[in-house]
Amino acid sequence: MSVQELEQLFQAKVDQEIKIEPKDWMPDAYRKTLVRQISQHAHSEIVGMLPEGNWISRAPTLKRKAILLAKVQDEAGHGLYLYSAVETLGTTRNQTIEDLHSGKAKYSSIFNYPTLTWADIGAVGWLVDGAAILNQVMLCRTSYGPYARAMVRICKEESFHQRQGFDILLQLSQGTPEQKAMCQDAINRWWWPSLMMFGPKDGESTHSDQSMTWKIKRKSNDELRQQFVDMIVEQAKILHMTLPDPELKWNEARGHYDFGEIDWVEFWNVVKGNGPCNKERLQARRDAWEEGAWVREAAAAHAAKRKDRQAQQVA
Amino acid sequence: MYEPDNDDAASLIHYLLYLGDNALVLSQRNSAWCGHGPVLEQDIAITNISLDLIGQARSFYQYAASLEGKEVTEDTLAYLRGERAYYNCLLLELPNGDWGHTILRQFFFSVFQQQLYKQLLPSKDSTIAAIAEKSLKEVAYHVRWSSEWVIRLGDGTEESQARMEKALVALWAYTGEFFQPAEYELAAAREGIGPVVAALQPGWWQQVQEVLAEATLQAPEQGKTWMQTGGKTGRHTEHMGYLLAEMQYLQRAYPGATW
Ligand SMILES: [Fe+2]
Ligand SMILES: [Fe+2]
Repeated sequence: MSVQELEQLFQAKVDQEIKIEPKDWMPDAYRKTLVRQISQHAHSEIVGMLPEGNWISRAPTLKRKAILLAKVQDEAGHGLYLYSAVETLGTTRNQTIEDLHSGKAKYSSIFNYPTLTWADIGAVGWLVDGAAILNQVMLCRTSYGPYARAMVRICKEESFHQRQGFDILLQLSQGTPEQKAMCQDAINRWWWPSLMMFGPKDGESTHSDQSMTWKIKRKSNDELRQQFVDMIVEQAKILHMTLPDPELKWNEARGHYDFGEIDWVEFWNVVKGNGPCNKERLQARRDAWEEGAWVREAAAAHAAKRKDRQAQQVA
Repeated sequence: MYEPDNDDAASLIHYLLYLGDNALVLSQRNSAWCGHGPVLEQDIAITNISLDLIGQARSFYQYAASLEGKEVTEDTLAYLRGERAYYNCLLLELPNGDWGHTILRQFFFSVFQQQLYKQLLPSKDSTIAAIAEKSLKEVAYHVRWSSEWVIRLGDGTEESQARMEKALVALWAYTGEFFQPAEYELAAAREGIGPVVAALQPGWWQQVQEVLAEATLQAPEQGKTWMQTGGKTGRHTEHMGYLLAEMQYLQRAYPGATW
């Protein structure tokens, strides 16, 4: 079969909602796009452990501490599923991780913002996991089978995370004046970065059109962002907190909330490495990897010795 | 249910705090690995152990709080006691060190905890017995996991062996405290609530020796090392104040707030 025929066949499958599986023929560019996107997603889970991990040692109650630990651990699990999904496309976990450490691979910019107070843990759960869910629910129907299946497992846990984050804020919103102020401050700082999570505007997003045709993505950045705004505005009312956007208002004609313009200069700066925590986050991951090198080497050496001994016993 | 009189009640509460503090302080230390482990699977594993331990601590504190009555809760016990009122063994509050230190400490402690909890199963106090029974399943996994890692690192590369030898030297002097009873442990033993802790030592030593041998690590000579003690009676290392300052920060900074 010619490449054109293979491509037609491939696209026909995608159009018929038949999942593409690892052994199926796929265009090189489809594979590359997936490797880029899934590994970026995996790295986001792993780097995302850092800002929240920042409050594990200081969580204010034992119950909150246990919930936060379990949450950050879930993110590690998400990273694992996703690295495995990348491996089905022929790229090893080590290679994928090295690409993160060398700066070649990206992760979600949201994690380059600092978690300054306990309320940030609530805001991250509510807004950041909330934004992630909308993207991930869409990805449950993505055309690549292993990615879609990983997303189904992940989504179940993410909805817990969002509820737990909201619950932290709800408690603060009913607390002392200081706690209320803490809550509002965290929302003020995390609101715009959360909107940025959906990426550039439609039309300015480099990979969007092709990804839609391949049904890797099924909704545009702006569609998802609108969905997020509509959802969060309603939830913010329960908290009696405000969102820091004077242009935010219901638009009867559109049936959606209008909202203000994202600061795209900030957006691109954080993408390029100038966010408040870009350097720390990457360094923390590199440190963990480098300081763990002797452990991984020892484990490999021991496993090899074991194998040798077993082989000798058999012989 | 076991019903203590006043003196016995105070002693029982101390005993519960001791059991809870051991679990909480090690949980706090281990949780610092979350997001920084040497490999993703082990990041998850050590966090799991941290979660198990915090669960155990909460069970002991909740029981202690119910005996104390008044406004006492698991959180006032964890967050509003100073270092002199914490009763955990010194070993557990030491800084994590490298992965080898963390593993070896976990191994020493988990083997001890397993011996101890087994002896709590026949406790006259049915709540303690129930907590021990539930926790033993978790501890069995901690023992297995940490033993495997001690063996892997001891019998791994030259570097990993050297690191484990170093950890052994650093931590050994803190293992004697497990078996030197505090007043509340003696009382617990008299009342049939807990075991005679000195009697746990041979079993612990046996198991530790076996694993160290498989790890090709030289076991320290028995009785040659001066053992550090004090944690069980609230006399801690300098590290403890910082551990609590960090852990208790929000509760201390915003007294009376609900989180
Ligand atoms: Fe996640
Ligand atoms: Fe999450």
